[in-house]
Amino acid sequence: MRALLVPAVALLAVAGCSSGDSPPGRGPFAHYPQTLSAWGLFAGELSAHRPAPGVEPYDLNTPLFSDYALKLRFVRLPVGPGGTVEPALYRESGPFGFPVGTVIAKTFAYPADYRVAEARLRPLETRLLVHEPDGWVGLPYIWNEDLTEAELAIVGGPLDVTWIDGTGARIEHTYQVPNANQCKTCHRTDGERVLPIGPQAAQLNRPFRYTEANGVYTGADGSTFEENQLERWQRIGFLEGGPPADEAPRAPVWNLAATGTLNDRARTWLDINCAHCHNLTGSGRTSGLDLRAEHDDRTRLGVYKHPVAAGQGTGDRLYGVVPGRPDDSILVYRIESVHPGVMMPEIGRGLVDTEAVALIREWIQAMEPRTEA
Amino acid sequence: MKRNILCTAVCLLALVACAEQDGPLHPGDNDQRTLQEALLVAEPGAVIELAAGRFELDATLSLDVEGVTLRGQGMDETILDFAGQAPGTGGEGVLVTANDFTVESLAVENTLGDGIKVEGTTGAAFRSVRVEWTNGPDTNNGAYGLYPVQVTNVLIEDSQVRGASDAGIYVGQSANVVVRRNEVWENVAGIEIENTTGADVYENRAHGNTGGLLVFSLPELPVKDGRDARVYDNDIVDNNLPNFGKEGAIVSTIPAGSGVIVMASDNVELFGNRIHNHQNSNLAVISYLSTGRTYNDPGYDPYTEGVYVHDNEFVGGGDMPNGPFADAFVALAGGAFPDIVWDGVVNPDKLVDGAVPDELRLYVENNGDADFVNLDLGSVFAGEEPSVTTDLGPHRGSLPAVPQPVDLGAATGAGGP
Repeated sequence: MRALLVPAVALLAVAGCSSGDSPPGRGPFAHYPQTLSAWGLFAGELSAHRPAPGVEPYDLNTPLFSDYALKLRFVRLPVGPGGTVEPALYRESGPFGFPVGTVIAKTFAYPADYRVAEARLRPLETRLLVHEPDGWVGLPYIWNEDLTEAELAIVGGPLDVTWIDGTGARIEHTYQVPNANQCKTCHRTDGERVLPIGPQAAQLNRPFRYTEANGVYTGADGSTFEENQLERWQRIGFLEGGPPADEAPRAPVWNLAATGTLNDRARTWLDINCAHCHNLTGSGRTSGLDLRAEHDDRTRLGVYKHPVAAGQGTGDRLYGVVPGRPDDSILVYRIESVHPGVMMPEIGRGLVDTEAVALIREWIQAMEPRTEA
Repeated sequence: MKRNILCTAVCLLALVACAEQDGPLHPGDNDQRTLQEALLVAEPGAVIELAAGRFELDATLSLDVEGVTLRGQGMDETILDFAGQAPGTGGEGVLVTANDFTVESLAVENTLGDGIKVEGTTGAAFRSVRVEWTNGPDTNNGAYGLYPVQVTNVLIEDSQVRGASDAGIYVGQSANVVVRRNEVWENVAGIEIENTTGADVYENRAHGNTGGLLVFSLPELPVKDGRDARVYDNDIVDNNLPNFGKEGAIVSTIPAGSGVIVMASDNVELFGNRIHNHQNSNLAVISYLSTGRTYNDPGYDPYTEGVYVHDNEFVGGGDMPNGPFADAFVALAGGAFPDIVWDGVVNPDKLVDGAVPDELRLYVENNGDADFVNLDLGSVFAGEEPSVTTDLGPHRGSLPAVPQPVDLGAATGAGGP
């Protein structure tokens, strides 16, 4: 028996170390499922993303821009010994307190043609955030050509993708899947711990259309229903605590004017796209720029603030934000750039978010210039 | 049974290969994947050896494992080439966010952003590393070469940086720093020590930059009020390169031909340096107020207090004064810029009976025949007639308490000096 066991171990070890085409999840990643399907998050055909029982789909009011990719978001909470779900704990700001064992999944996908509603999506990658006893771990999975499986790919890497955009233009793009460290670059929001970013009260406080396709609807007539995500999570035991949805904070949708003022929508966009680094403790803290939505200190927002370590990222402009003058504002220069030494965010996009740039320009244009000398 | 023993041996070998590295990593078909994977799966304390050759990278290499040493075969033998870096893959060549990191004996070339950045850690050692933009000075080069920021215990030694569009060696918001025996040339700033407490900068050679060596403290940053720098035995010569930094960055305001500038940092000792032939000024000691830059930071101290300049060798220079201080000087006194230029700005709130307390004064002695000017810009700011003087008399003496040598300790992974 022992003789049989040893060759098996030896083979495993050899496979784990071959340098040629090394397996994707070695070292600290070796014990994680090497395939997305092994996580059991989805029922039926994997690429259809129909959540398995106990997995909730959700959406955010204002998401991070990721090269126009559409995102499918899911959360699975751990089930306790009694068979009941361990809920997330409500927090007024910041991510909910998710219990150890939580798995959050986000698939980045493109439709072939953005003008066609319900077009079949081409998933590129699925990122998991897994809450381990000693903290959250980020795991990137890359989909195969046949879309039958996604495999753990800790190194990430480039993927070529094409689509037809809303104007009918054909876009050819090299999409970058981040490596497992880069998960942390954004998600280590407090400079210490890896944390979820999106699933917080203000971002989740919105209606979601639950359908048979997303695995939630259980009726027979094929109809769908809409429910506020916060209320549903409270109702089904996914969320403990918190006020009724109409008393909870609610982030505007950055590109829906009816959902907030220009200032609120711009600040929300900056918050979700920039503030995971640019807060008081995140990796962007060294610049002194704090782009969270929850304060109104103009200097920390970059107003008449000199750059520190921007290098060529200044674009020959003197201040982060110059009220009334978007073309003199470094912030605009950097979100309009795709040069690695200039662009912001530094990772997670390779295209310009043209519509959001227009919003930020409008916001700066409308800002009151200083009156002091 | 025989087979069983064989298997055990193979098994052990394989396990060893896993734990240690199976020889150095060589350049190949997919260098990005090879190197990034090694950095991701490294055990804490691992040594990652890179073979000689050119590694072609297309994304930032990031490291988040403690105690790792990244070691090549020499700064001219092992080259990490980032010229092909793609958008959205990071803003630097190498990004390190783990404690006790050592990089040695390799080169990082042509990054589109910064060269090697270490952020928010304890223990970072750069040894015999070359960071170079091989096209030479260019506004579109990356900003910083070697770039520890908010790091405690930094050692940068025997390294070279050329072509940075900001500072070649930039130590920001850090503490306990040793920068020694490096060579920096054709950068906007050769070496910049910024908002840093406790820095020994010695035996470096800065030449052909716009500015040779800067000791700065800047506002609107989370870590402020740099102090306790000892700058000694450096060769700072011929830093007369036209400024090629992008406007907006503080270094873009550095006049071409600046040897050493101390600005808003406190308790700085400069001694035994050879500071030669800077067409603007060999040494400038100025307050942030003299830059004319505005700021909104009540906690920031813009004054430069407690500077001790002694036993340096000043040669030549001052023959082509340019920039704002030079304008002021030419208007007020005229002629060539003296070796040591002081803006004369002191904090009026700290005067005792009208005098600057001893520990906050500027001391200048034993610098050969170096000349001096006090521009008295403080009076200019107050709307009064300045009394420009070249009299060193009030500056004789020495700082009551000089900065202590930096002790990196043995347990930092950075090694002691």
